[in-house]
Amino acid sequence: MRLRLFKEAPNFDFFSRWKIWLGISALMMIVAAASFMIQGLNYGIDFRGGTTIRTESPQVVDVAEYRAAIDRLELGDISITEVFDPSFRADQNVAMIRIQAQDGQEAVTTETIDAVERVLVEVRPDIKFISVESVGPKVSGELIQTAAIAVVLAIGAVLIYIWLRFEWQFAVGAVLALVHDVILTIGVFSELQIRFDLAIIAALLTIVGYSLNDTVVVFDRVRENLRKYKKRDLKEVLNLSINETMARTFMTSFTTLIALIALFVLGGDVIRGFVFAMIWGVIVGTYSSIFVASAILLYLGVKRDWSKPDANAGNQYANIDA
Amino acid sequence: MLQIDLWKRIVIALTCALGLWLALPNAFYGPVEQHNDAVAAIELGGATPELEAQRALWPDWMPSGLVNLGLDLRGGAHLLAEVKVTDVYANRMEAQWPEVRDALRALTPVRRQQSTPDELRVRLNDDTKMAEALEIVRGLARPVPTLTGAGSTDIDVRGDAGVIIVTLSEAEKQATDNRTMQQSLEIIRRRIDEVGTREPTIQRQGADRILIQVPGIGSAAELKAIIGTTAQLTFNPVVSRGTDENANPGIGNKLIPSVDEPGAFYIVESSPVVTGEELVDAQPSYDQNGRPAVSFRFNTSGARKFGDYTAENIGSPFAIVLDDEVISAPTIQSHIPGGSGIITGNFDVEESTNLAILLRAGALPAGLEFLEERTIGPELGQDSIDAGKVATIVAFVSVLFFMFVSYGLFGLFANIALIINVGMIFGLLSLVGATLTLPGIAGIVLTVGMAVDANVLIFERIREEIKTAKGPARAISLGYEKALSAIIDANITTLITAVILFVMGSGPVRGFAITLGFGIITSVFTAIFVTRLMVVIWFERARPKTIEV
Repeated sequence: MRLRLFKEAPNFDFFSRWKIWLGISALMMIVAAASFMIQGLNYGIDFRGGTTIRTESPQVVDVAEYRAAIDRLELGDISITEVFDPSFRADQNVAMIRIQAQDGQEAVTTETIDAVERVLVEVRPDIKFISVESVGPKVSGELIQTAAIAVVLAIGAVLIYIWLRFEWQFAVGAVLALVHDVILTIGVFSELQIRFDLAIIAALLTIVGYSLNDTVVVFDRVRENLRKYKKRDLKEVLNLSINETMARTFMTSFTTLIALIALFVLGGDVIRGFVFAMIWGVIVGTYSSIFVASAILLYLGVKRDWSKPDANAGNQYANIDA
Repeated sequence: MLQIDLWKRIVIALTCALGLWLALPNAFYGPVEQHNDAVAAIELGGATPELEAQRALWPDWMPSGLVNLGLDLRGGAHLLAEVKVTDVYANRMEAQWPEVRDALRALTPVRRQQSTPDELRVRLNDDTKMAEALEIVRGLARPVPTLTGAGSTDIDVRGDAGVIIVTLSEAEKQATDNRTMQQSLEIIRRRIDEVGTREPTIQRQGADRILIQVPGIGSAAELKAIIGTTAQLTFNPVVSRGTDENANPGIGNKLIPSVDEPGAFYIVESSPVVTGEELVDAQPSYDQNGRPAVSFRFNTSGARKFGDYTAENIGSPFAIVLDDEVISAPTIQSHIPGGSGIITGNFDVEESTNLAILLRAGALPAGLEFLEERTIGPELGQDSIDAGKVATIVAFVSVLFFMFVSYGLFGLFANIALIINVGMIFGLLSLVGATLTLPGIAGIVLTVGMAVDANVLIFERIREEIKTAKGPARAISLGYEKALSAIIDANITTLITAVILFVMGSGPVRGFAITLGFGIITSVFTAIFVTRLMVVIWFERARPKTIEV
């Protein structure tokens, strides 16, 4: 007996309302972009400079007390948050303190950190400084630039690869789906004000990779079916292809989500934001390969004559033998 | 069709075995680490019974490459420093002034004028002699070897209303910057090596930055203190040389060991003739006989002291001492008046290069500015490792279970392949000596989830092909054939993003890119070769009339 999501190949009609789906996607992108414009991202020190100190103490964290102590130093904008995590021990009370980059300092100064540590030890003699990270404004500016370049490069490289392997319409569809995923992910981070640091950029690029993976599998089947059913309507062929790959899409999304959820719950608070981005990305990425990538393919149309010397072989890899 | 040649089977099996073999040491992380440390210590300082015992914890013939743990997992300090390369220009101009003055002395008296630190302005008393003066000063220029070819000299000289302005040429600036960076790297490396921590990372980044990562150190402040200490270089007169480490040096002398000759000790006068602070430059070069040597240059006061001393002590040795160890003890061949000289000895080219670096490495050539510093406590690292382990195991078991209930026997094949897959990722990581970071662990977990994708694609395809009823063998073979293009395209695109992440990223992000990239390669390999081999072997044995996937 097997666990099967679909007893028979499913036959959903994805494209009867494809314009509505595209509209919904566009609307969500606008909401995400608006949230980004209005609220902005909660950048970590990687991107805006400053210092974070992670403290640990056997006693419960008293944010007001910490704040009062640090405020005496007049360091400008300070945020103190208590961190909770199921993996913490009972006597493990963790707080994150963030101090903005000090005016007129290109580099990092030890004095600021020392001063903060000193006043905290005064109010909490048993406090421990688990990690201290400082990034100067000079580097943080560059980091955000490199990060943006990385995302653009990745999308550009993918555009070219898909264009070479398929047709330009496929490439446009896939890339718009990617842009959709990236914008929605940034929107979620801005809306929920989750800390956005260097690791999130890695997550963003992984989402690009994953979403693409999904899109390419659907497109591969579209290409195959376009050869097989030369007379059928493009809408029908697309619908058939998505239904045929449905079982695989769900299976892979499930296994990936299982793994990610395990990491989200048990992996500790340090990488939770990172894992959250990827979980979100798997969901949007799966959605976008159907409702954005394929819908755009339908909108753009595609050449129907795929006849090659050997239409049956499908591709140049098919004869590789194990 | 469902046939795999015997040699291909052997290659596939051997590849898996090799991957797992390389991954094996990671299962015994503690003992292997001690073994490796002991081997390194024995090579450096000779064997002790204690070290031998540690070495015996892991057999020598086994692979001993380990996956390095990143700072975020092991704890330690991270610094990004910017070297202020322009500091050096000012020193160079300082050293140039007496040279210019002396060269022009016969022609006309000169005065030095106020200027920015990176140029030298010299006023001529008699500005009708400008043309000749320029000629003479230009004659002081030395050629700079550049990639673009000949013709470049180290200084640019121009005249302006009775003032001669000397600046470093672009070619020389570049060469100087490069030297400054090399020296800084070398000094920092030496400083940190002295502390003796395991596997520090000291890398040049971009034109003028140095990345320093030291696992196991208490804090970034501590690390800065170590780097900040300057190496003490001195030139001392040698009293005698011997092999007795308990010899009485006598008043005003001290006994110090030699770096290159084990067991040799020198007795030198405590007060140095010249110190490294007065050294301006040291370069590998060749003596009259074409043997490798090191040429060096002092500043004015150093030159005077050194000149006087060498004039009086021709034929006797003096010691070049770095941090209370004798680097070399050459014999003074002749009076060295100009403040520059040459150290000869039993050098090969490499040794003379190293000695030149060491000589220059006395003190940091330029100031450091710290742009980024991070301290990660070992507790946080341990917590992250523990959490990562639990998460990975739970993720792994869930995926294995899910695959089995979905695909039965085929799921089992995929599961075995998945286990081999993760083993191979660790094998590859150990082989290239990659660093595992917390995002790297996330990369592995993600791979566990995604690695089944290739198998899922194949199995779903086989299910489809079974429906068109061509017999099980045909269905399996078609399933593999037709799923292949999707697998290749999908994974190449993901690989592209992993490569971009690797090139553009730094630190933890790079760690993630490496595990993701290796994960893609091994998962494609295991899906299209390993599970296929298992399916084929099973099929040959069982010869089923029908199959259920």
